[in-house]
Amino acid sequence: MQLPPALCARLAAGPGAAEPLPVERDPAAGAAPFRFVARPVRFSREHQFFEDGDVQRHLYLQDVLMQVADVPEKPRVPAFACQVAGCCQVFDALDDYEHHYHTLHGNVCSFCKRAFPSGHLLDAHILEWHDSLFQILSERQDMYQCLVEGCTEKFKTSRDRKDHMVRMHLYPVDFRFDKPKKSRSPASAEAPGDSGERSEGEAMEICSEPVAASPAPAGERRIYRHRSVSELVLKPVLNMCLVLRILGCTWAAALLILNSER
Amino acid sequence: MWSRRQGRLRPTVCGVEELRRRRREREAALRKARREQQLVSKRLLRDDAPEEAGEGCVAAILGETEVQQFLRQAQRGTEEKEREGALVSLRRGLQHPETQQTFIRLEGSMRTLVGLLTSNQALLQLEAARCLHELSHSEQSTVAEACLPATSYLLTYLSGHSSDFIELCLYTLGNLIVESEAVRRQLLPQGIVPALAACIQSPHVAVLEALGYALSQLLQAEEAPEKIIPSILASTLPQHMLQMLQPGPKLNPGVAVEFAWCLHYIICSQVSNPLLIGHGALSTLGLLLLDLAGAVQKTEDAGLELLACPVLRCLSNLLTEAAVETVGGQMQLRDERVVAALFILLQFFFQKQPSLLPEGLWLLNNLTANSPSFCTSLLSLDLIEPLLQLLPVSNVVSVMVLTVLCNVAEKGPAYCQRLWPGPLLPALLHTLAFSDTEVVGQSLELLHLLFLYQPEAVQVFLQQSGLQALERHQEEAQLQDRVYALQQTALQG
Repeated sequence: MQLPPALCARLAAGPGAAEPLPVERDPAAGAAPFRFVARPVRFSREHQFFEDGDVQRHLYLQDVLMQVADVPEKPRVPAFACQVAGCCQVFDALDDYEHHYHTLHGNVCSFCKRAFPSGHLLDAHILEWHDSLFQILSERQDMYQCLVEGCTEKFKTSRDRKDHMVRMHLYPVDFRFDKPKKSRSPASAEAPGDSGERSEGEAMEICSEPVAASPAPAGERRIYRHRSVSELVLKPVLNMCLVLRILGCTWAAALLILNSER
Repeated sequence: MWSRRQGRLRPTVCGVEELRRRRREREAALRKARREQQLVSKRLLRDDAPEEAGEGCVAAILGETEVQQFLRQAQRGTEEKEREGALVSLRRGLQHPETQQTFIRLEGSMRTLVGLLTSNQALLQLEAARCLHELSHSEQSTVAEACLPATSYLLTYLSGHSSDFIELCLYTLGNLIVESEAVRRQLLPQGIVPALAACIQSPHVAVLEALGYALSQLLQAEEAPEKIIPSILASTLPQHMLQMLQPGPKLNPGVAVEFAWCLHYIICSQVSNPLLIGHGALSTLGLLLLDLAGAVQKTEDAGLELLACPVLRCLSNLLTEAAVETVGGQMQLRDERVVAALFILLQFFFQKQPSLLPEGLWLLNNLTANSPSFCTSLLSLDLIEPLLQLLPVSNVVSVMVLTVLCNVAEKGPAYCQRLWPGPLLPALLHTLAFSDTEVVGQSLELLHLLFLYQPEAVQVFLQQSGLQALERHQEEAQLQDRVYALQQTALQG
């Protein structure tokens, strides 16, 4: 199929519409037995017209999915330890460390050191566990927010909220991020080093009966979201290491470069 | 997109011939499935590649005791490495359908797996997710439905930060979505649409590609037009999807492919296309088409048709919306570069993927049908002859080429004057010799218009044995009337 040479130039040039030639139809054009009518055509999803393109699409997907299922070979580095205070986890692959960091130190409550899978759940936890104003307000209005992303419903008690999540959102009754606290000890009594050894069931509660004593003194300005201090230091370090990894440097080299910058 | 995938390719011992044969088989299976309207079925998404050589790639089927043992070890082992190793062994076993069945029949197995999935031991979490991913590949909907207890957690993790983990969750969700309506019926109230709308703001390309995949599976569901697409259109997803399709340095082909297909499934369901037009879909897709034509000229990359196909479909279907006519200015597609780009793509299809020619010609029809401006562009850019060169490809293509030419000719004498003299008449005499009724019928329509608006063509037609060409079809029921009418016109002229 030969295209006119000027076509590429036309594509490269600026936008524009052709000045249309005058349209002048003769009624005899559509007269029987002729039946042509110029009209745009529409095809619906199942139409056979789409068969070839759909088959190509699915062949492509098959290849992609086959490769997604493969677990990639992890590039190994000399073993190093997590730098977060109190965490003694050791790694020999940067991907593993990245995942560990995000899971355990990413969304961490600075009051009780509990880790959460997302900022959304961390915020809800801090509000419901560590904010004394929340407890006061919840006596007068519905404060327990539904935990499902995008749902704006609020409830008087955590029990009501759970019922809502089970009924409306088909969430499991034992949803692990909405479990009542087992012991009554206030959060501030827990040792900071706990987060590494927490068992699965207690890892990430959102709320329970309100905690009696808030760790913050009464006159202090309320902090709604308080990232752990270690994250403020570690995040840039992590980013730098990822950049260096992309550049092909080893972990040891990364530390060397960082140290020489101080 | 492609370079990343290649990096993860399993080494294979199959020869090129064997690969080709397998691909032909897969293609035949897909074609059959589509005709049975079963194309979204999971069994076709994962090619059951036979065990390929390589140490440790061949996993044994696990029995009930072994599954129990691995689960126990993973849950209660003392050494982290030991626990992780147990899950790895379990995952390998789960590649087999028999192990999957054993697993789901074992009481408490999914509960244990979900417990590990939600633990704060990151590596256990990852391995548990991989086990779940293996299960999601199953061809049996019972296995997919056994994964239902995990879906709320998969959705919760979409708002996390570990991109590899999120990617895995998305592919798992995508697989589960395809397999059973029961899963979809649960995922919708669990908030999959808001979760995806939040996740689509991730900067990670791999996450976006996975999200596009999951969304495309959701959109292909049979109940999608009534139950799924309205809530998607009501969310911020359409705007983000269109953003991913904007040409420029940030355009990632792998991501764009997924979202272009998502858009296609939405648009061809015809739920609320004016809304998409209002979001600028026409101009975004038009610019993307220009970009694709530019890319096609620069590179031999064979993957571009994967993106071109859905873009063509979206544009073609959108052009049928009344909103296109009424909304003025920016919303409409007027730029004649679109025609230039389309022809560059048609040439690319002609060389690399002829099966996509009808789709390109479909867009050309929809562009030219009601647009004197685009018809004029076809003439002024000298595109009639290239168009005629497509006639021999197939009957379907011939009919569409002739239809586009009719679109031009029916606009009147000013247009037909530019169609003749030229290669058109000889080409028509040639198509009149075809046996396909539709091709001949369309040729007759075009002849009629040509004779009406450019009567001088009649003489030449007669001189080139036009009457004999017509006579061949005198007996054909669908053509008789038109043949007769043309014969009369020719003899009187």
